[in-house]
Amino acid sequence: MSNRLVSGTAAPRLSVNKTYKLYIGGAFPRSESGRVYEVADSKGAFLANAAHASRKDVRDAVVAARKGFAGWSGATAYNRGQVLYRVAEMLEGRREQFVAEVMAQEGLPIKRATALVEQTIDRWVWYAGWTDKIATVLGASNPVAGPYFSFTVPEPSGVIGILAPQESSLLGLVSVLAPVIATGNTAVLVSSRARPLSAMTLAEVLATSDLPAGVVNILTGSPVELAPWLASHADVNGLDLTGAPEILQPELERAAASTVKRVLHAPGTEPDWTQRPELRRLRTFIEHKTVWHPVGV
Amino acid sequence: MPTFEYAPAPESRDLANLRPSYQMFVDGKFVDGTGRPLKTVNPATEEVLAEVATASPDDVDLAVRAARRAYDRVWGRMPGAERGKYLFRIARLIQERSRELAVLESLDNGKPIKEARDTDVPTAAAHFFHHAGWADKLDYAGYGPEPRPLGVAAQVIPWNFPLLMLAWKIAPALACGNTVVLKPAETTPLTALVFADICRQAELPPGVVNILPGAGDIGAALVAHPDVDKVAFTGSTEVGKEITRTLAGTGRRLTLELGGKAANIVFDDAPLDQAVEGIVNGIFFNQGHVCCAGSRLLVQESVAEELLAKLHTRIATLRVGDPLDKNTDVGAINSREQLDKIVELSDAGDAEGAQRWTSPCPLPDRGLFFAPTVFSEVQQSMRIAKEEIFGPVLSVLTFRTPDEAVAKANNTPYGLSAGVWTEKGSRILWAAQRLRAGVVWANTFNRFDPTAPFGGYRESGFGREGGRAGLEAYLDV
Repeated sequence: MSNRLVSGTAAPRLSVNKTYKLYIGGAFPRSESGRVYEVADSKGAFLANAAHASRKDVRDAVVAARKGFAGWSGATAYNRGQVLYRVAEMLEGRREQFVAEVMAQEGLPIKRATALVEQTIDRWVWYAGWTDKIATVLGASNPVAGPYFSFTVPEPSGVIGILAPQESSLLGLVSVLAPVIATGNTAVLVSSRARPLSAMTLAEVLATSDLPAGVVNILTGSPVELAPWLASHADVNGLDLTGAPEILQPELERAAASTVKRVLHAPGTEPDWTQRPELRRLRTFIEHKTVWHPVGV
Repeated sequence: MPTFEYAPAPESRDLANLRPSYQMFVDGKFVDGTGRPLKTVNPATEEVLAEVATASPDDVDLAVRAARRAYDRVWGRMPGAERGKYLFRIARLIQERSRELAVLESLDNGKPIKEARDTDVPTAAAHFFHHAGWADKLDYAGYGPEPRPLGVAAQVIPWNFPLLMLAWKIAPALACGNTVVLKPAETTPLTALVFADICRQAELPPGVVNILPGAGDIGAALVAHPDVDKVAFTGSTEVGKEITRTLAGTGRRLTLELGGKAANIVFDDAPLDQAVEGIVNGIFFNQGHVCCAGSRLLVQESVAEELLAKLHTRIATLRVGDPLDKNTDVGAINSREQLDKIVELSDAGDAEGAQRWTSPCPLPDRGLFFAPTVFSEVQQSMRIAKEEIFGPVLSVLTFRTPDEAVAKANNTPYGLSAGVWTEKGSRILWAAQRLRAGVVWANTFNRFDPTAPFGGYRESGFGREGGRAGLEAYLDV
């Protein structure tokens, strides 16, 4: 990244720029395709080359997410909450880097960017606290008319493909990712095309927190190119279309139908991510399992 | 074992108050549809029961408009407490007319009268009772204060539980303040039209409930209607996918209850006699026309031989025949088309090398019947282990370890239900956690209740029916 992002020192110094890669199965590979694309700031100046993920990268990411599912969904809710809180700690530690990236990508003044980063951290903490409450809030004990013990528990849907918001590079990103993994799903996320840098910095945070490899996989590149592969992939259980190109959405929904994926439809315009979230994002990618057993002696 | 002969104990057909013709129900009135009338057939005799008016695409439009008007002017703005009272009325009227409904259901569907009488009709009434009480308590459903209804709901239901599926669809929709246009299955429209008469007796405002008999094309026209806000479908996975494609890009809400291929797992410490009863209920209840039927029996190898012997002995006692006979256990297959499908898949079982055992029970000379059948030595790759047969055909597979049982159970794109049989509580909970299915029955099978959410994982569909979770399908939350 250009030296404008490094806090100024007296002597001129050439900054060490970062090479942004993908995040798949806990590792940071370059795109299998070897392609990159240029990411510019809000004024058009060069920020970085981002990896341009391919169909093969999508497939690798889905394989990694499936591999991570058993462990993550099987972990205790308490443990998942601890891990997510640990991520919030790491986010806090990288505050300045996130502020710099949000400023550069979104063209915001420092005060506004700082507020967004702080809200992002708080949002992550909010979802960290949901891991061990969702079953209490959405589950049920069913008073059935018969000698049976019946209860309903929410469980994760599986591997979720997420098309991250195009505008909000960090707060929006975290607002769609955190609820998916808080409930025990694993994720393959395609970042904003024009503003992918915070996604990869978030990946570095995730990689160095205690989040198991494969729980979150992040791809940068073209949603137009990548989304159809996610939507039609038979081992993807859910699809969040929030950041999907509008023109593609009906086609993606049709593709998702072939395996009865759970689909979170895109709102008409990008939501105001600073608003307190509703439960819908937690609810869309869970299943309700009802268990029955006879009662008797 | 001594055998007991049963004297015939037929329920009176007159109780059904069967009429020669039935009209569809739109905007509070019984009207002749402009579609081609259909003849509904008693599958036990293949005799025509009645002629039923059907809808055309124009009628679909009329019904949706009626539902929209009723929603805008009356039902959507009515206080929940008042809506609830209508639902309580409907529940009571179903109970009052339960005998008539049970006999009619048995005649039209072919299911044994004891199942229609003891399961379908009482459970349908229970669904209206349960949801009646929700109508003025939606604030407490956990979706925030003052949740809003969605509007007009298009509902398409299958032929296996005609009245019960209607109740599962209409009760929550009305409780939440929606109006409905419902299309019953082509082969089983009669109880839905008697239900329409119940709506008349309940003095339900015109247009709140509309019933449109017809075939698949009318269902397709209904779910595709641009003024419908919500679609609820129960039926095949294939049609469910097609509906999803139709609705793609419209933003309309959708819930699906689709097919299944449930595993019923029997561990070596299971109470075997109890398990036998559960297995029989799991696959032969309603002729196996149950989306959550326990059609794949997974038995631990060490008890497989013993269990299979017990199972054969027990199944041989099942009485197959006249659905109206109170002693009948297995009734008629609902349609010729469905019988052909069962025959085709069973033949595939033979061709692929499974071992077929057929109950020696006598079958009636006429009508659509299929003797209870068990395939053993079934491999996971066989069609009878993968495809939904939707008939009285059980496929038996074996396993050695609990992990293998769960892996085999989950080896399907479906995920509607599963069964577990073991005396070990910790193993039940372990298996219940790992099974990817919406309902897990442990040491029991095929239990339903309006307070217990029902619905699938994966390709068995999304959304729940019943309980608090079921309300989400009809609320804008």
